[in-house]
Amino acid sequence: MKILLKNGNIVFGDKVEKGDLVLENGRIAFAGGTYSGESDKSYDVSGKMVLPGLIDMHTHLRDPGLEYKEDIISGSRSAVAGGFTSIACMPNTRPSLDNPALVAYVKYKSKECGLCKVLPIGAVTKGQKGETLAELRLMSDQGAVAFSDDGSPVATAHMLRLALEYTKDFDGLIISHCEDVSLTDGGYVNEGKNASLAGLKGITRASEDVGTARDLIVAKTMDARIHIAHVSTSGAVDLIRFFKKQGVKVTAETCPQYLFATDKEILDFNTFAKINPPLREESDNQALIEGIKDGTIDVLATDHAPHHIDDKRVDFSQAAFGSIGLESAVGLNTRLIEKGVVDWTGLAKLMSTNPARILKLKETGEIKTGYVADITVIDPDIEYVFDAKKTFSKARNSLFDGWKLKGKAIMTIVDGQVVYNNSKITPFGRE
Amino acid sequence: MSKLDLLGLKGVPREEITKILDGAAEMKKILMSGKKKISLLEGKSVFLMFYEPSTRTSSSFDEAAKILGANTINLAVSSSSVKKGETLIDTAMTLDHMQADVIVIRHSVSGAPKLIAQNTKASVINAGDGLHEHPTQSLLDMFTMREKWGTFEGKKIAIIGDIKHSRVARSNIWGLTAMGANVTICAPATLMPIGVEDLPVTVAKTKEEAAKNADAIMGLRLQLERQDKGMFPSIAEYFKYYGIEKSIIDLAHKDVIVMHPGPVNRGAEIDTDSTDGLNSVITQQVTNGVAVRMSVLAYLTGKLDEFLTPNANKRKVVPL
Ligand SMILES: [Zn+2]
Repeated sequence: MKILLKNGNIVFGDKVEKGDLVLENGRIAFAGGTYSGESDKSYDVSGKMVLPGLIDMHTHLRDPGLEYKEDIISGSRSAVAGGFTSIACMPNTRPSLDNPALVAYVKYKSKECGLCKVLPIGAVTKGQKGETLAELRLMSDQGAVAFSDDGSPVATAHMLRLALEYTKDFDGLIISHCEDVSLTDGGYVNEGKNASLAGLKGITRASEDVGTARDLIVAKTMDARIHIAHVSTSGAVDLIRFFKKQGVKVTAETCPQYLFATDKEILDFNTFAKINPPLREESDNQALIEGIKDGTIDVLATDHAPHHIDDKRVDFSQAAFGSIGLESAVGLNTRLIEKGVVDWTGLAKLMSTNPARILKLKETGEIKTGYVADITVIDPDIEYVFDAKKTFSKARNSLFDGWKLKGKAIMTIVDGQVVYNNSKITPFGRE
Repeated sequence: MSKLDLLGLKGVPREEITKILDGAAEMKKILMSGKKKISLLEGKSVFLMFYEPSTRTSSSFDEAAKILGANTINLAVSSSSVKKGETLIDTAMTLDHMQADVIVIRHSVSGAPKLIAQNTKASVINAGDGLHEHPTQSLLDMFTMREKWGTFEGKKIAIIGDIKHSRVARSNIWGLTAMGANVTICAPATLMPIGVEDLPVTVAKTKEEAAKNADAIMGLRLQLERQDKGMFPSIAEYFKYYGIEKSIIDLAHKDVIVMHPGPVNRGAEIDTDSTDGLNSVITQQVTNGVAVRMSVLAYLTGKLDEFLTPNANKRKVVPL
């Protein structure tokens, strides 16, 4: 099967060029310029942006165990509809994804599903309890791309130290959810003016900042690679910048909710705005944008956190943390282009090239001849009101429901097969 | 027609508060008349749901509703008895099917009354939610002040104590400032809300500063277990710096009124002399609580106008 994308704006490493793209046998066969040869299928993508397939480093699929919230299939459908060709799924499932058999299960089920690539993230500790290391190397051999106790921090600095030391032998990556639980102290929204007005229990920024400092100090001492998940505070941005300058091998991600929303969203007791880390304030949004500009923040993830409506339609204290995000990410992140923070090549780096590099995905994350044919086509001009009811996720808990967005993935191609086109999902590229 | 709820005082305009207070003044006459029964809310049902124990507030609502002729139903609920599975929304829908007209709810979580209000046809009264608001307590405080002063304009009210965890303080800040009063608050930093600088209040460093020239001094209930959580070192230390006692009452206007939402921890927030002293209106607050709740119940069910101008609805206008 030879697929031709005609006349698109192709986003290469450092430039955008009008031209054709040919995908054959799961690889990029031709990129840029005019292609005059044969093809089995041809699509006119003039006026559209052609990006290396988007990679979400931080998705919760709830499978196994909590499939009523989301499963590998529904999550994959949501991912490709959002333009993602690969998603890395967090291990806080039931049971935790803490052994090679479960890693194999995720790989198998996602392959059967035939949509995006699902990259399992294994737990750092057994049951994510923070007591003993999980079978990190066996999981790595089975295809785990990283390790995390996400949902919570690795319980102790000592356990984090052991994990960082141990994974160095096979260049494993620890993804860190930074939080000092003693400072969180049972809070569930950002501590500040708006929490006071609503009378909701706040989480001081110090909780994330202290957690970040702890993890960076340990990583520095161990000279190990660490990736900081969902950065939300200006303090954490400063810490990451400081440690990066010292040569610590740290990378970091943030998510649209921390760039474009604030804790004003909680004033109406909207439980969809209850997420962890919590929505912060304007000054934090700004610090994160500065972090993107100067390279402190490497990646835009989603922290797609699906929940059943019953887990959200309860009082604020009982409501589950999280918002879905796979299908709103493109429409939100293109705001960075509108604001002049990045251009299209910058966005491709944040959403594809850097995640591929950090997760060590080979020949992925860039449009280059010979590379894997994972491609996302974005229409930058579509304006729409985001409707969570119309997403492919099982969940409806979107913080962004009703938001005005601009820019949308219109075609998603995985391994040279069109899996999403014109709002339709086609597993295995069977159009 | 959209129903009326009383979820908080933030954003409630002066006219509306005035109307409820005017209503309460008339209600108090009935309460004090010795013939404590009218039929204004006959046929209405008022459900009381107290997820947090509060004999004082629930019996005050109960009495208010009964005097007005409503049926009251106490739902035996408490945080511990809330079984996993039945949510507040389920409960709200159940009460709808029982034809509830008014639901009075107290809950330990901020926003819980709002969640109920969004899912029921009944009028919902917030009888205290988490750290958010307690509007009827504030209305009765205001009613008590207005009885003494007639106006709020230019009055200084000092609220001293655990502001951070006090829904009474929050409602009073919104209510009193809406009515034109000046509010000064004073608390140890661990018991002061974050972002206080954005509230329409003056923050006093010491209780003496707060009490100086005050027209009213309001104490707040201190949950003694906050000491175990390290929010203040000892009752003795707390009382010395934030307790209401004669020395600060002397700094206020000589006819200052001393208030407290009750029940009082004597010797922690306020000493016995001040609680029972001449300036104290703490017992009047309790009486006024019933009158204010009568007025609120009548207001939310659309009966207050009928009560205040009894002949208005009887006059028939025959079109020519
Ligand atoms: Zn996390």
